[in-house]
This record gives sequence, C-alpha cells and structure tokens, in this order.
Amino acid sequence: MPYQSISDPAAAALGSSLLNRLPFVSKRWPVQSFSSAGLTTLVVLIAALVLLPLGSLLLSWQDVQWDVWKHLFETQLGGLIWNTLVLVFGVAAGVTVLGTALAALISLCDFPGRRWLEWALMLPFAIPAYVLAFVYLGVFDFSGPLQSWMRTNIDGFTWVDIRSPLGVITVLVLVFYPYVYMLARGAFQGQGRSLYEASRLLGMSAQRTFWRVTLPVARPAIIGGAILAVMETLADFGTVSVFNYDTFTTAIYKSWFGFFNLKAAAQLASLLLAFIVMILILEKQLKGRVGQSERQRVMPRHQLQGMNKWFATGFCSVVFVLAFLLPVVQLGWWIYSTSLSDLNARYMRLVTNTLLLAGLAAIATVAAASVLVLAKRFQPGRLSSWSEQIGSLGYAMPGALLAVAVMMLFGFLDNHVITTVQTWLGLQAKPLLLGSVFALVLAYLIRFLAVALKPVTAAFDRVRPTMHEAARILGHSPLSVSRRVYIPMVMPGLLTAMLLVFVDVLKEMPATLLMRPFGWDTLAVRIFEMTAEAEWERAALPAMSLILVGMIPVIALIRRSRVG
Amino acid sequence: MKAKMAAWVSGIAAATVAAFIVAEPVSAQEAAKSNELVIYSARNEHLVKPLFDLYTEKTGTKIRYITDKAGPLLARLETEGRNTPADLLITVDAGNLWQASKQGVLQPIKSETLEKNIPENLRDEKGDWFGLSVRARTLVYASNRIKADDLKGYEDLADPRWKGRLCLRTSKKVYNQSLVATMVERLGKDKTTQVLDGWVSNLAAPVFSNDTRAMEAVAAGICDVTVVNTYYFGRLQKKNPDNGLKIFWANQGDSGVHVNISGAGVTRYAKNKDAAVDFLEWMSTEEAQHIIADSNMEYPANASVKPSEQVASWGEFEADDLNVAIAGEKQIQAIQLMDKARYN
Repeated sequence: MPYQSISDPAAAALGSSLLNRLPFVSKRWPVQSFSSAGLTTLVVLIAALVLLPLGSLLLSWQDVQWDVWKHLFETQLGGLIWNTLVLVFGVAAGVTVLGTALAALISLCDFPGRRWLEWALMLPFAIPAYVLAFVYLGVFDFSGPLQSWMRTNIDGFTWVDIRSPLGVITVLVLVFYPYVYMLARGAFQGQGRSLYEASRLLGMSAQRTFWRVTLPVARPAIIGGAILAVMETLADFGTVSVFNYDTFTTAIYKSWFGFFNLKAAAQLASLLLAFIVMILILEKQLKGRVGQSERQRVMPRHQLQGMNKWFATGFCSVVFVLAFLLPVVQLGWWIYSTSLSDLNARYMRLVTNTLLLAGLAAIATVAAASVLVLAKRFQPGRLSSWSEQIGSLGYAMPGALLAVAVMMLFGFLDNHVITTVQTWLGLQAKPLLLGSVFALVLAYLIRFLAVALKPVTAAFDRVRPTMHEAARILGHSPLSVSRRVYIPMVMPGLLTAMLLVFVDVLKEMPATLLMRPFGWDTLAVRIFEMTAEAEWERAALPAMSLILVGMIPVIALIRRSRVG
Repeated sequence: MKAKMAAWVSGIAAATVAAFIVAEPVSAQEAAKSNELVIYSARNEHLVKPLFDLYTEKTGTKIRYITDKAGPLLARLETEGRNTPADLLITVDAGNLWQASKQGVLQPIKSETLEKNIPENLRDEKGDWFGLSVRARTLVYASNRIKADDLKGYEDLADPRWKGRLCLRTSKKVYNQSLVATMVERLGKDKTTQVLDGWVSNLAAPVFSNDTRAMEAVAAGICDVTVVNTYYFGRLQKKNPDNGLKIFWANQGDSGVHVNISGAGVTRYAKNKDAAVDFLEWMSTEEAQHIIADSNMEYPANASVKPSEQVASWGEFEADDLNVAIAGEKQIQAIQLMDKARYN
C-alpha cells in the first residue's frame, strides 16, 4: 500500500476500499510509466555504501573473541546493558513528554511570550550533547559555583553527586528534545482544522479532542523524533563519559582501547546494531503513515487564561533557560575568564573548514536521501521499501566505530582496487580515498542519512499523485510539471533536511577526527583537544563558536517553518 | 515522466559530483614531498605544534600532522598499511606505544643519539619507540586535614584506615591501567586484587572522569587523598594556588613513584625515514626537551635536562625503574582485575 492517509489500519483499509470505488482518484503512482536502470543503480550504490562498513562489523564474527566476551559476561555486561536500557527508556520518555508538551503548548495554545518562545525552544538543537554535559558538570557539580556557595552558606552541607542516572538523562533530554518538538510542532500545525472541527461537532470537548484526535494524528511525527533521540543516545559516548556513566558503548570502547581488540569491539557493536534494527522494525510497524490534510486552514489557537497562561510561559521559559541560556552564559563566562590567546589567525580557518565540510556533507546527504525517496516512490520494490531503514542504520552506531568501519572500507578500496587500477594504467600507485575530503563527506553521508530521510520523505509526500495528474491533464509537459509543481513543493523540505544535516555535521567528532585530511581541523576537533585533557575553560571558545555557527541554520530553519 | 525523473536524477548526481570535485583537489595535493614529514599525533595539538613550528623554522622541514586518540590512529596506520603517508607516530602512554610495536606499525631505529639521551627503561629494547617526556603518577592530599606522615604509597591506600577518605579516577583511563599493570608485575595477581578491593571499599565517592575533578573533590573535603599525574596538579596549582592540596611522592624507599611516558616511533612504512629519525633525535636534545616537558609541566626524558622551576618545586623523587613497556604487556590483566574488583 504505497499511499494511505490514516494511521489506524482498519480505517486505512476502509479508506482505500472507498478510494477504489472513486473512478478518478488514483491511489498509486504510475509505476509502469517510469523505470530507470540509473535510479536502481544509484539506490544500490547508496545502500552498499551504508551496508558495507556495517557488514564489515559482522565479518568480525569469523573470529569470536571468547576471552573478551567471557570476561565482560562475568564482570560488567549485565550492569552495562541495564544502564543502557535505563538511559534509553529515560531519554525516550523524557523527550517524548517534554517535546510533545512544548509543541502542543506552542502550536495549539496562546500565552504571553509564545511567539519568541516558539523559535527560542529550537535553539538548543545547536548545542552538542558533550558540551552541555561538561557545562552542567561545571555548574552543578561539587566544585561548581552552586555547591561551593551552598557549602559556605549552609551548615552541614557537603555535596550532592549529580553524576546520577537522572543527571545524564536530564542532560540528554535537554539536548535531544528539539527533535520531538520540531517534528511534533509541524504535525500539530499541519493537520489542519477539519479533523478538530469534526470532533468538536461530534460533541467531544476540546480536551478530549486533543487526546483522541490531535495527539494520535501527530503520533508518527512524535515517534519519529523520539527514535532519532534514542539512536543518538545509543551512539553517545561523550556525555556518558563526562558523567562516568557506563553504558554498552563503554564496553565497546574498553574492548578497543583497553584490550586493543578491535574485533571484539566490532562484535559488541554488531549487537548494538541488532538492537537498532529491532527498534527500526518496531517503528515501521508502530508508525503507519499519515498524509496531510489541507493546510490552508490552520488550527485555531486556544487562548490560555489566568494562572494557566503564566504557567505556560514559565514552563517554556524554564526549558529555554536550562537548555540554552545557562550553557551559553557559562561558556561566555569561561571565555571571559581565560585569555583569548587561542583566538588567532588559524581560528578562522577552523571555522571555514567546519562550514565547508558541513555544507558539502549536507548537499551530498540530501541528494542521496532524495534518490532513496524517489526510488521508493517510483520504483516500489523490496530494496527501496526498506531503503529508509537501511539508511537509518549508520545513525545509531557509536561514531568512532562507524568511522573505523568506514575507514577500513576505504582503506581496502585504496589498497586493493584503486592502486591496482593505477598500476594497471601505468600511473603511479597512490591511494586517493583515505585522508581525502571525499571520503570524509561520504562518512558523514553514511552517518547522517537518517537525519535527512525523514524531512525529505515528508517533502515528497506533499506532492500527491492527484497534483501530478491534474497538472498533466491541464496540458503541462513532464518538464513543466517538475518545474512548476515538484521543485516549488519539494525545495523547502529539502532545505530543511540540509540544515538538519548541516548542524549534525558541525557537532560530529569521531569521524572528523579519524578521517580529516591534513590541515582540515574543525571546531569539534578543537573541542576534543581541550576536553580530552579536561581543560573545560579552553574548550569554551570553540564550543561557543560551534553553537553560534550552528545557530545560523537553526534560525534559517525557524524562518522556514514560519513561512511553510 | 521519464524526462522529469531523468532531470531530477541527473541534477542530483551532478550536484553530488560537483560537490566532490570542489573537494577533491585538496586531497590530491597530498603527494609526499621529500623535505616533508608527516606525523600522526595522539599528543594534543597545542603541545606539539610549537615543537613542529620551531623545527620547521630551524631546518626547513615542513611538518604536516593530524591528531586523534591513539586507538583510532593505530587502526588508521594498520588499515593504510604500506600506503600510509605517516612517517612518525607520537602518542602518550607506554601501553599505546607497546601496542603499536606489537601491531607491527613501527620500525626499529638504531641511533646513538637517542640511546645516549633516553634512559633504557624509557624506550623499547628493539628501538621501535622512544620516551620523550616523563609523567609521574602519585598521591595528592589535603594538607589542611592530614599530614604527609600518614601517607605511604599506592598499596597503603587499600588500608581500612582510609575508608571513606579516598577518591580515584575511573579505571577506564589508561594512566590507572598502567599503574595497576606495574603492580601486577611487582606484586602478582592476588596481591594486586587485594589492593584493588581495598581501594574500592575505601572510596568516598564514585570514581571521577578525570584527575582534575578527583583533586577538586579532595579540595572540597569529599575525601582526603587521590592519585593523579603531577601536571594536572600543576595546572590546578596555577589556577588556584591556595586550595590546600600537596603532592606526596609515593612508595619512596620501595618501588618508587610510578612513571609513564609520552613518546614516538618511526612508522614501518615511513616514506621519509631519515627525516623522521632526524626529528626524533632532535626531540631528545635539550632545546626540544624543554619545550616538550615544560609545555605540559612534565619531566624531560633526557636525564641531563632539568625540569621547569614549578615542576622542580614539587621536590625530587625516586622513580620506579621498571621498563615502561610493562604497562603494555600487563594492561589486559590489569583491566580484568580492576573489572573484577568492580573498580570502574
């Protein structure tokens, strides 16, 4: 069923049987009219690009590292899995509740300050998780200003350890809630007025309408956002290591850096991969698909009254302060209190490198995502129907391990394919891939395809078969259709996707570290150099620069989402 | 329909290719040139860059480098094999150097200068790697609450009288792995396990993610003593001189203070081996040794070079004379014992 408009299966079945009886409504894309070997090749290439490095993880099982497994099983594995589950469920619950609540308040209600909070609440997206982690520890830990003050002013107070599961979950929720917030906000605003009015006319109260109609219709968007947050959480190493909270990734890195056993690390990582595959299948089952109803009549905003409206303002402001203002102020203070000696001529180079890499990666990734989405649309088949899930796999791998897997793939190509061909052609044998910008951009593509896929899918979903057909019936040529229907309707979504990937690449650390060409240091690399030695104050300058650079696309996103 | 799709696909393909063409020339420039040295460094950029700049200024040899953690750099060297552009690997911790040697990504170097300048226990016996700076890992205590006489050394911190008074950094950090590795070598597994069990039951707080926080915990009164690398103490001392913290040299009169190194080795497939050896030799001389050690408040590996004034002010100490390679050899055992003792 390539196109259905309601998430409930029974209703979907009913809907499609109704559609069948209407003579002029086509429910599928004209598959027969288009088939291209070129498109298939591209899809296979992209799928191979993602699957080959991950496949190399599976190859590690040829040589099972019993010693490491036995040791981990006897000592830590149980605790690590438990810690990971606590973290994943905590973050999933936290971002779902917080992101949905904020989105509902912002898009369905009206209260003082709503207009600026609407965009302010997106800004935390520009803050890397590891930065918020070290800022929070700096502010709230025993050596920070808060507890130092309490020690001197409150009798008998020694300290509170904030490095608890709750502490880590809080930090991760504060950085990842924007995923849910942004997607849910779009879903609330995009669902239009008709459903709401129908429900009210049928006698449901406004409150019941929210729980029974508005929220369920937004469910796919909310789940989509929560899944992104969960995948980021599973891949996270920076935040948990700042808090010294051991998770499954800890075991992976211990096997690699401690036992010097990359094979065991790959084996552990492939288990993580299996877990992610399960989540993605679950998501596919859980989500269904929802089409958009007409967008011209936007939902009415509910005017909050009395205490309620100030509560709404207060709640949204507190989230904004905790997730954005506080870290920015603290970073500013650290920058102010250290000398600005790091701010030299080379610093501009860091910024331009960062921008250039993120820009290239955003274009390439969205291009690849568009190919996958187009293939799914015009050439439904087994491969393309799973392309979204395949494309999502890279996102949830611990970054350093994915980076190594990608590096090994490119190293293999360099050593066994490229140099062989060069020798065969009589050229000087010289590896081309490793250490090139090209390879690094491909690594970003593999990692962040998932981020692009969701908005790109949504963008193409806006163009319905009927629109395409209407334009054709009105006598437009295919070229004119693409110019006058597709491009105007799809471009905003593609831009959104590019901006999302852009921000994620800015924050990316392990692949950049491992695969950057000589001289291509970025802001994230500089942050790594400082935090690796716990020099938080000196990390503040690159961190603040990263946030400022990241805010440009976030603000662009906000402007887009206002217009669209 | 066909035309539309073709336009889309070719447009996207063209954009992708264009993006990569823009990027490609940069990497194509990377052919190795003769008076150029390529270095992979796990030592931080701001510690190695002044050294590279000075050398370029003196000799005209251009140095290109990337920095990363040791693990990924080793994986990259291994993957690149004979095609690697790297001539020299610089990394911290003898365990990492030992592992690099074991993986076969380094080559033995015979050099009288290096053998003269770098003591035998700070370099590989085959010449695969050489220590360039020494970092001492010892006790730091709250001088306003306890007296130096109360302290003895690492093993003594397992004694029940330290219950609820000890802070430690995580065992995931290689510095602690190396410390415990030398303990395994000297005391054997059983004795080491007893020490680890004692440490864990004496902890005043869950382990910390870095040395600085562990010291701050001592300063804040959460515990009385911790184990850290001295340069972290130096940094904290610069930032906040009156925090009451003092260094205690551990195990004087028996095994001595545990020391580790940062060091370097020439890669197996170095394109520019002679230049790499020249640079390595220069790094063992007094001029470079001052920069290497002083920039991070470490001790020079070359025994004839004096440490900086601040470092010297912490006093002299007897260092453990085991070859630092032990840190690598016994690292896995050390981690296994720490995991079993639930020292995480």
